[in-house]
Amino acid sequence: MAAFAAVVERYEERESPLHRADARAKVPAAFLYILAVTTTREGDWWVLLTLAVPVVAATFVSRLGPWFVLRRTFLALPFVLVALPLLFTREGETFWTMPLTGWTASREGAEAVATILARSWIAVGVAALLVSTTTVVEILRALRTFRVPRILVATVFFAYRYFFVIGEEAQRMLRARDARSAALPGYRAGGSIRWRARVAGYMVGSLFVRSLDRSERVFAAMQARGYAGEPRFLDHPAFAPSQATWAALVVAYGWLVQAAARFA
Amino acid sequence: MIAREDPVERRDAPDGSALEVDALSFAYPDGTPSLRGLSLQVAPGEKVALIGPNGAGKSTLLLNLNGILRAQAGTVRVLGETLGEATVRSIRSKVGLLFSNPDDQLFSPSVMDDVAYGPLHMGLPRDEVLRRSEEALAAVGMQEYADRPPHRLSLGQKKRVAIATVLSMGTPILALDEPSANLDPLSRRELITLLDRLPLTILVATHDLAMVADLLPRSVLLDQGQVVADGPTRDILNDAALLGAHGLEPLSAHGHPHA
Repeated sequence: MAAFAAVVERYEERESPLHRADARAKVPAAFLYILAVTTTREGDWWVLLTLAVPVVAATFVSRLGPWFVLRRTFLALPFVLVALPLLFTREGETFWTMPLTGWTASREGAEAVATILARSWIAVGVAALLVSTTTVVEILRALRTFRVPRILVATVFFAYRYFFVIGEEAQRMLRARDARSAALPGYRAGGSIRWRARVAGYMVGSLFVRSLDRSERVFAAMQARGYAGEPRFLDHPAFAPSQATWAALVVAYGWLVQAAARFA
Repeated sequence: MIAREDPVERRDAPDGSALEVDALSFAYPDGTPSLRGLSLQVAPGEKVALIGPNGAGKSTLLLNLNGILRAQAGTVRVLGETLGEATVRSIRSKVGLLFSNPDDQLFSPSVMDDVAYGPLHMGLPRDEVLRRSEEALAAVGMQEYADRPPHRLSLGQKKRVAIATVLSMGTPILALDEPSANLDPLSRRELITLLDRLPLTILVATHDLAMVADLLPRSVLLDQGQVVADGPTRDILNDAALLGAHGLEPLSAHGHPHA
């Protein structure tokens, strides 16, 4: 059962300065740095390269291993597909014509797509580092510190908490179905695709019904223990000023690079 | 109408054991060993209890019997057929598994759909599927609930429907994980009567020693993935020192009559 959690869990336990850093510094630093990355203008390759350097450095500091972080950033690639039409719609110097369709790709379009790809890659790298080195509870607690509405934080928290419960429930259901998926000699086992699809639909449906039932039970149990809409934490560790210093340095680096590219 | 030969009966003529487990070793993916060279033989028609503390390997053993889990070493033979990649589907038509939580087992919008799943998957003709499903529901006394959604049933009813979903497959061997857990006394009594009447080879993993005394003439005591004791239930349940050494309590200790 724990296998499910192992696949989905994003936090990777290591002993590193990045893991030890306070989430209340990491979360805003990551957010503001990503913002700086996304303001990069098209074709500003030097800016993108300069902004990628701290991400690569942080990868090594985190002891997660470059491959591990790189694999997680591949998550961003499907979203880049959305930018692909720019290749053909942006007006400019034609360098390639697609056979059959006659669509023309412009140099300006290619530059736009490449910039979007690089920007999202760096941004996702930052996000991947954040969630790999910070537990969900720490991130959510940091969000509350910055006055993110508690209903949002609570929703994310419970989604995360019960995601595993429901995932494991689904896994147990699949296992129980397998136990009854038998074959007899002389008969064609498995049923039709239509029937199998219907069974799969049933399973999703009953998982939904059960999750709904569960949410009612969970809420009742929470109210019984005095829940009033705010998750509470046992300890409130003090925020060290040094944490604010390095976070400010990282953010300042990102924005200074952007400023330099524009005004220098 | 031509009388149809029952496909299960046709193959059900073993001379030797119903179940032969030989030196089975299993460790979970995280490395926790669960079964350590466990061996066990069960004759056709025997009703056997698997008892032992939490984590002894009872459930793991049951999951190994029809290939839901695959052991790293050792063999499982079911009615003469060795469990392997090629035989797993066929073995699942011989060993029916009842999971401890009926909610894992029931996933259809109606009781009837769920009971029909097993025979439908085996590719049996429609009238045969209906006949078996109705018989299975009748055997557990749940015919009137055929059209109900399973999640609206009580736990005792869910358990009975879950048993019907396995009975409809016509497996000669039944492996049950904690069938009496959380049942009220009446539902529990009905369950015992039902299992007692079934002319099948039955393995029950349980902590309910009173049920063991009532229903299962042979007991196998497991601890740390090995068979610690195997013999007549009467002998094992009366051995207070043995039970105490493996996390169990003799029946008299909580006020039940002796076996």
